[in-house]
Amino acid sequence: MEPIIKVEHLCKSFQTKEGTVDAAKDISFSIEKGDIFGIIGLSGAGKSTLVRCLNLLERPDSGSVRVNGQELLSLSEGQLRKARQSIGMIFQHFNLLMQRNVLDNICFPLEIRGVSRGEARKRAYEYLKTVGMEEKARAYPAQLSGGQKQRVAIARVLANEPQIILCDEATSALDPQTTRSILSLLQQINKDYGITIVVITHEMAVIQQICTHVAVLDHGSLVEHGTVREIFESPKTEAARRLIIGSGSRGVDRMTGRRTIRIVFDGQSSYEPVIGNVTLAFGTPVNIMYAATRDLGGSAAGEMILQLPEDREIGDRMITYLRERKVIVEELDDMPGDELSGETEE
Amino acid sequence: MIREFFNQYGPMLWEGTLDTLYMTLVSTFFGYVLGLPIGIILTVTDQDGIHPNKVVYRVLDIIVNLLRSVPFLILLILVIPLTKAIVGKSYGSSATIVPLVIAAAPFIGRMVESSLKEVDRGVIEAAQSMGAGTFTIIFKVLLAEARTSLLVGVTIVTGTILGYSAMAGTVGGGGLGDIAIRFGYYRYQTDIMIVTIVILVALVQVLQAIGMYISQKLDHRKA
Repeated sequence: MEPIIKVEHLCKSFQTKEGTVDAAKDISFSIEKGDIFGIIGLSGAGKSTLVRCLNLLERPDSGSVRVNGQELLSLSEGQLRKARQSIGMIFQHFNLLMQRNVLDNICFPLEIRGVSRGEARKRAYEYLKTVGMEEKARAYPAQLSGGQKQRVAIARVLANEPQIILCDEATSALDPQTTRSILSLLQQINKDYGITIVVITHEMAVIQQICTHVAVLDHGSLVEHGTVREIFESPKTEAARRLIIGSGSRGVDRMTGRRTIRIVFDGQSSYEPVIGNVTLAFGTPVNIMYAATRDLGGSAAGEMILQLPEDREIGDRMITYLRERKVIVEELDDMPGDELSGETEE
Repeated sequence: MIREFFNQYGPMLWEGTLDTLYMTLVSTFFGYVLGLPIGIILTVTDQDGIHPNKVVYRVLDIIVNLLRSVPFLILLILVIPLTKAIVGKSYGSSATIVPLVIAAAPFIGRMVESSLKEVDRGVIEAAQSMGAGTFTIIFKVLLAEARTSLLVGVTIVTGTILGYSAMAGTVGGGGLGDIAIRFGYYRYQTDIMIVTIVILVALVQVLQAIGMYISQKLDHRKA
């Protein structure tokens, strides 16, 4: 079966006063129907440009964007408008019509389609119930909180009965608790309606909570992609490591210059108290710099950052010991430094 | 004494007031008939509009600027042939409407353009992502979302046209301006001059209040 989204050799650059900026450099990937696909990158990595190329809000300079087996770049204006109706999009700043109440906001895409007013209102109310906002039908966006606005935006997208929902930093303006509730709503929608979801974010936590697959963007290039577990357990590129390791353990690198390792273990190996056993087996303590358990698409994964003893040989033997017990070990001799501490989102 | 004054001049002042209102409101209406499309086209064809078109934007931009820089009194005289062709005569309140509309349209175009440009780019993008076409975006997003600002614009425009209409009095334009010139200036009847000014001020205040009230009523952007 053909993937629902297939991007090939996509390139896009912008002219700015400082010269040409390559926002997307020869990007290729595909997304299968029903996936929740995350695209992660630091600010300026080209995420927003990439997601805007998936519904041609941004027209790529070259390459191919196939959605539902249809090459978007070869469509006429009218055909593209039609195609966009099955590709919903939600935004960081919600982008609701401020002069319309909640119900009429959801009616808007239906008006575009030419659905009659009565029918539109009926359907809009149904979707409002889906997102749990039926009590606010008559409220205006200015009277809602951020999370409520995003729920309305999601209902508005659902009203078009899309096959794909693109989320452009949809939770970046929300607090962590609201972020979690919006993400679970998206996950629920993915499950109930089988809608493919593409999530753009700079936060690893978002990817971990809902995504099945992830692609890592760095300076306009797609440097790595795979299942969330694969990327989380063994990130191959510097950019991926920076995002993943950085997401939980900022500042660890600044503590010492000693040998540091990152270990990842799944449900299986976490039954055994590995760290305790290492300490007992070698008679030398290791220093736990950071530890966390994360939920990766439904199954737990543990992550720790350890400082090994000064003695190089003991350190090597500890790594071997851990690897024998199916723990993924990675040496962090070049822990990302200041790049992390300065990171903020646009 | 006051009674005597109003017995003598009351009917004339009342008629002048009605003439002024007639000129102002009709000119505002036709000004928008021309100016609203100008403002919309300027917004849509601008560089970051929904249908950028450098040529259309530049041409319209220059025409608007040219018309805006001609002083109203000069315009009033310049368009006399056109006025005669449309209204049949070059004096009186109806005749004043022609230059008023020509002077107001480019000004209105700019007001509309600035109102429409206040609409959040993201909301337009959201409409595009739903498959909305250009006309849907113009009517259901741009004009609908900017309505408060557009109505404030109407209020400002009405006030400005009211002022211009009084100016037209100098060349026999009719209305309160005409009365003020003929009686207050040529015949040194300061009392009439003052009364016309008071009426003009009151008219501006009332129009302003009505405009602001409606635009506030229609604004849902505040919690």
